[in-house]
Amino acid sequence: MTGLAVRDLTVRFGSTTAVDAVDLEVPGGSVTAVLGPSGSGKSTLLRAVAGLEAPASGSVAYAGVDLDRVPVHRRGFALMFQDGQLFAHQSVARNVGYPLRLRHRPASEITARVSSLLDLVGLAGFEDRSPATLSGGERQRVALARSLAVEPRMLLLDEPLSALDAGLRERLAADLAAILRAAGTTTLLVTHDHEEAFAIADRIVLMREGRVVQGGTLDDVWRAPADAWAARFLGYAVVLDGGPARRLRDLVDPAATWASVALRRSAIQLQDGGPLSGTVLAARVGPEQVRLELEVDGLGRIEGVADPGHRVQAGDRVALGVVPDRLAALPGPA
Amino acid sequence: MGGRWIDRLGTAAVAAVPLLVLIAFFLYPVGGMVARGFWPGGSFHPGGVWDVLERSRVHRVLWFTVWTAGLATALAVVLGVPVAFVLHRLSFPGQGLLRTLIVVPFVMPTVVAGVAFRELIAASGPLGGLHLDGTPTAIVAALVFFNVSVVVRTVGSFWEGLDRRTEEAAAALGASPLRVFGTITLPALLPSIASAASVVFLFCSTSFGIVLTLGGLRYANVETEIYQLTTQELDLQGAAALSVLQIVVITGLLVLSHRARRGSPALSRQARPGRRPRWRDTAVIAWSFLVVAMLMTPLATLVEESLRSPDGWTLANYRALQTTGSDDALLVTASSALRNSFVIAVQAAGIALVLGVIVSYLVSRRPRTGAARRLTGLFDGVFMLPLGVSAVTLGFGFLITLDRPPLDLRTSELLIPIAQAMVALPLVVRTVAPVLTSIDPRQREAAASLGAGPLRVLAVVDLPHAWRAVLASIGFAFAVSLGEFGATSFLARDDSPTLPVVIYDLIGHPGAANFGMAMAGSVVLAAATGAAMLMVDRFRVASVGAF
Repeated sequence: MTGLAVRDLTVRFGSTTAVDAVDLEVPGGSVTAVLGPSGSGKSTLLRAVAGLEAPASGSVAYAGVDLDRVPVHRRGFALMFQDGQLFAHQSVARNVGYPLRLRHRPASEITARVSSLLDLVGLAGFEDRSPATLSGGERQRVALARSLAVEPRMLLLDEPLSALDAGLRERLAADLAAILRAAGTTTLLVTHDHEEAFAIADRIVLMREGRVVQGGTLDDVWRAPADAWAARFLGYAVVLDGGPARRLRDLVDPAATWASVALRRSAIQLQDGGPLSGTVLAARVGPEQVRLELEVDGLGRIEGVADPGHRVQAGDRVALGVVPDRLAALPGPA
Repeated sequence: MGGRWIDRLGTAAVAAVPLLVLIAFFLYPVGGMVARGFWPGGSFHPGGVWDVLERSRVHRVLWFTVWTAGLATALAVVLGVPVAFVLHRLSFPGQGLLRTLIVVPFVMPTVVAGVAFRELIAASGPLGGLHLDGTPTAIVAALVFFNVSVVVRTVGSFWEGLDRRTEEAAAALGASPLRVFGTITLPALLPSIASAASVVFLFCSTSFGIVLTLGGLRYANVETEIYQLTTQELDLQGAAALSVLQIVVITGLLVLSHRARRGSPALSRQARPGRRPRWRDTAVIAWSFLVVAMLMTPLATLVEESLRSPDGWTLANYRALQTTGSDDALLVTASSALRNSFVIAVQAAGIALVLGVIVSYLVSRRPRTGAARRLTGLFDGVFMLPLGVSAVTLGFGFLITLDRPPLDLRTSELLIPIAQAMVALPLVVRTVAPVLTSIDPRQREAAASLGAGPLRVLAVVDLPHAWRAVLASIGFAFAVSLGEFGATSFLARDDSPTLPVVIYDLIGHPGAANFGMAMAGSVVLAAATGAAMLMVDRFRVASVGAF
């Protein structure tokens, strides 16, 4: 097969097990995100794939070839860190050209390749700048160009956008997704930010306490979180079970059998004549919708939304509707 | 506005204390010594100084100083950098012991080291077959012995703070370990290597005890030449000329080392544990053990010699420390000299500590205005001067300037402690200041904004970070004072000498008994300084012995 295959991989630091019997596949050409909170072992998994950590057991293979005895520098991967790790004593052009010089490419080819890479990441003309003079976003772009310089078999990204501020992160995430698709590079990305994962990846793997909780395409994972923890980590606003869950189930799908359900914020909407009723606890006007905090009769405290036109304020009694495709049924009780 | 002026006045008052002490007990004596050269017989006659520098003997001395110091520096770097990697980037059992052993030579009294090397290479010694006795090779070897630790500590503590992920990124891009070292690690280390090398060169070129004990009459460097000219030939003009030259060169080196240090990242506070050694580290680890073994050999020889007499193994040499030596070589017993050394070292460490902490506090602030920053830089630099100015010049300067009003300290018990404190002061500052500088200033701002006054900020923010470094610097200053020889040799009175002075006297006297006693005294002195350094090492302060 093409792509990366991790089988039953375990990495230990002394008595702690950072990565615990993990199986993972990154199909060739895909962008797979490992999503997990800090301390979930996702960075260790990435480092083990890169060859920077020695596994206690299990295997890492690329294109069907076991990498156990292949040192970091011969794996043909490129690793990009949260803060870029540009080489401070080299100019932007020398940073980007570094992997090309390692491979003894002719100088003219390096110059041309560097300038086309800088063009690709939107930094044309930055050749002679020193890394110290760049903004955080520019540094990450240079790091990306450097990683792509020799067309690595696989790109490993360690929280590539986490160090950036929100607006920049969003823009760069879109750029990154486009660049990765254009280059067709197999990519493994680790992050704690589900927005980042959803913006860049097409497959996602959820990790918690060293173990894989769930994996699949974005859609699979998003539609069917494995459990309440996974749902919350994926950005669902609330998880209901017991009486409230049954009440909601009777409302949207009386034939179903699930006992617990995750709701996105937009699952509960202000709707004249809607089947639910509740009291507004707080309302905050946003650019696209009004965010509500509600005490819904029979369901408890839930977040919801209203169209910006609605004038609601704390204390109002309101009628509410449910949008069924903003719910995700969970297997078993939460 | 008024508040700011009060702040500034307060800062100036705090700065005035160490500055006044430095002026009175360093700049004034050294200046007085230099003035003797420029005003021979009371009239200004600078041409005489120039004439001195044209003497062929002076040229020989200068050349000898430069090439021995240069070669020793190069060797110390080559020996030390791999050791810095092993002791600061790896983690393995027994590493702590190696770290301690490597600093021991640095605080060894120069006289002890000189004696140890002489024994090692003497015709009857373990390396007698190499016929190194009385050769410059012996001097260079001894200089390297002293300064490897400076390279290891300086480069090592810097290396520890380098972000490993930069190297990992390079490795992932396809760079082999050797390539990573050559293209990423080494360029990043260069500032610290340059800083270490300039300090080592400075120590080597001002080395006194080593060259005096190993060079004999044939080889002299600038420092021993100054000593020779002042004490034997009474050629103060010649001595002053050499002192001035030395001060100029050393100021230049200090500026260079300061430049090299600047722009390097602050000391990393959370020392990350090193990685476990891999098979490919075998060569560097073996190299490190070899270097440590080489450093320990002279000391082992010393111990062995101290336990020997013409009739076989004995403790007689140690018992003799209670006496004044055979033929009454000494005026007082060696053990009373040891007591004396102890008292003086405690006093000197105390003085150096108070002054050093004040200086460290002041130079660790980061003023906003350029002028204030330059002033702070100058302040920092001035207190580094004693590091390089000839201890002989300092000692002789004390003798000729502090013997009459305004400062008549001829009979003061504090004369030697003050001189030693001046020598130890830069070491205290270099230990404490980097730790204070590494504290994020926003921590102080946060504490102040929560209502803590300046003293409270010190207690809450600075002290918890710096107390280890402060304690370590006391031990460091104590160890250095205990072994100080250059300045003390001028100032110690015959009836109350320090142990290093006694050891030097003993090896100058004939007789196997006196020689054995000198060995025993050296071992005791080495053990005392070693014990002080062991205590220092327990505080695990990376900046000790780093520059």
